[in-house]
Amino acid sequence: MPNSASLAPMRNFLVMLSFLVLALVPRTSHALEVDVSGGRINPLPIAITPFLVGGGAEEAGATLGEVISNNLGRSGYFDPLPQNSFIEQITDFNQEPRFADWRQIQAKALVTGQVYVDGGKIRVEFKLFDVNSQQQIAAQQFSTSPKNLRRIGHLASDVIYKALTGIDGYFDTQIVFVDETGPKDQRVKKLAVMDQDGFNVRTLTDGSELVVTPRFSPNSQEITYMSIGQGTPRVYLFNIVTRQKEIVGEFANMSFAPRYSPDGQRVIMSLLTTDGRNSNIYEMDLRSRQLRQLTNTPAINTGPSYAPDGSQITFESDRGGTQQIYVMGVDGSGQNRISFGDGRYSTPVWSPDGQYIAFTKQAGGRFAIGVMKPDGSGERILTEGYHNEGPTWAPNGRVLMFFRDTPGENGGPQLYSVDITGYNEQQVQTPGFGSDPAWSPRLN
Amino acid sequence: MILRNLSGLKIAVALCCVLALTACSKKNTPNLEASNAGLGAGASSPGSEADFATNVGDRIYFVVDQADLTPEGEEILSKQAAWLQQYPGVSIQMEGHSDERGTREYNIALSARRATTAREFLIAQGVEASRISSIAYGKERPAALCDAEQCWTQNRRAVTVITGGARTS
Repeated sequence: MPNSASLAPMRNFLVMLSFLVLALVPRTSHALEVDVSGGRINPLPIAITPFLVGGGAEEAGATLGEVISNNLGRSGYFDPLPQNSFIEQITDFNQEPRFADWRQIQAKALVTGQVYVDGGKIRVEFKLFDVNSQQQIAAQQFSTSPKNLRRIGHLASDVIYKALTGIDGYFDTQIVFVDETGPKDQRVKKLAVMDQDGFNVRTLTDGSELVVTPRFSPNSQEITYMSIGQGTPRVYLFNIVTRQKEIVGEFANMSFAPRYSPDGQRVIMSLLTTDGRNSNIYEMDLRSRQLRQLTNTPAINTGPSYAPDGSQITFESDRGGTQQIYVMGVDGSGQNRISFGDGRYSTPVWSPDGQYIAFTKQAGGRFAIGVMKPDGSGERILTEGYHNEGPTWAPNGRVLMFFRDTPGENGGPQLYSVDITGYNEQQVQTPGFGSDPAWSPRLN
Repeated sequence: MILRNLSGLKIAVALCCVLALTACSKKNTPNLEASNAGLGAGASSPGSEADFATNVGDRIYFVVDQADLTPEGEEILSKQAAWLQQYPGVSIQMEGHSDERGTREYNIALSARRATTAREFLIAQGVEASRISSIAYGKERPAALCDAEQCWTQNRRAVTVITGGARTS
């Protein structure tokens, strides 16, 4: 179960945390690597041995093992082997493992580690071995306050994931989402932040306003979201550290569907037109407070999302009759429709590597999550059902999170993740119902 | 077609409630809700919120993905306009809503359109614009909770909420 923890401001954490790279042995030519290029991935069997503990760090050792094993297992690229299958019991962190024992239980990779308390700080060391080549392929040491233990687990998971897949990890990240409680017709919605594995949930608002569509700023310190409370519904900024709330603009009409620019200097959003019938996309410079109009059609233009290089914007519009996805220049030039399949396309989100746009697709009374290239080609549906909505990308572009709603009076939304291949769908635990997830960038 | 759907709905709802099926909330029928609020049609004091809900009707419905008024919707709004002119001290908020079978941002925009259409109709009927504020709720506040078209029909709505100046009943 997620546990509540006091908020550790990111900057303080980074000051406290010191990375000491012990050794990074270059990969040999026959290096161990998970092949993630194809469709269904054969998970790599990995043995994560119990961390050796000293000086009152027993609980910390168990937690680290769980965090790492859970992260790697949930990614779908690894198969953490059960500890009761292990032949060798590691008793000395500095001793060479008996690789034959690990080969015998089919382990391809081996993780050993130790954790001990040192002057009020916790020190964690771990090593990653390629069992077949008998090579150490990564090792790191961390030193931090005990309250950051789970983050160390996530950072270690990122190192292991990258060493074995060649892809940046996404474990040291957070999710902002809407925590939903209460009956369906009087749902209480609160902004909430948690680690990507569902732990450390903190609610940020008191539920007195309806909050929707929160999105992280690039430095993960702020959230932009829409609040429907007293008065005109509007877009706000929320500072996670100071808990200060700030309105983005005192517009005469409703503002909604906000998202930060990749440099964090601007917020793009929809504004309801003066006649109250249409919605157009605007960009606001957060320093100068200058507002620039980017679309101008008698339609619902909404759901804007920047390309990671900031040069283009994708959005949805019903200007052609139904919701479809468009791409335009960051100045509003060259607005071109890119979705042409059957059904309606909405909530486009550009992938962090720029290669894809993820979307919600409605067809035949069902809701799917899919991806297509920014030119509209290569559409692939990743998951489909009664109601799936609102994809968000892990910072490495390999995993998407979205929410799935269930019908009926007692139904409600839950968060799910899925690999970009469409395999490895997983529910993400939240305290109650959860919707509108948005993934943070990497925190380290 | 819309008329047929709506009348069919009322019959279905009435049957359901007589049989006391738990799957069908009483919120599924605006008629019942109104009479509950008024404790009997006609009994509420003139100019009160209950009078408005019971004898005029506080909500209108829309077709899927549309913000145009239906003939029934115009009829109810005309009655609302007449009532509002009879009680010039009353101020209202027009709430726009959508069903849950759409995406969040789009539904917010669509429900704003519905609130605007309904508000403008009242203004065209002579109600001062300054008396009517409007708000878009998107799919956030469903009125009917089942997972069938009969409920979604009731969630695609504009609700006229009295915000001040009504007589106490």
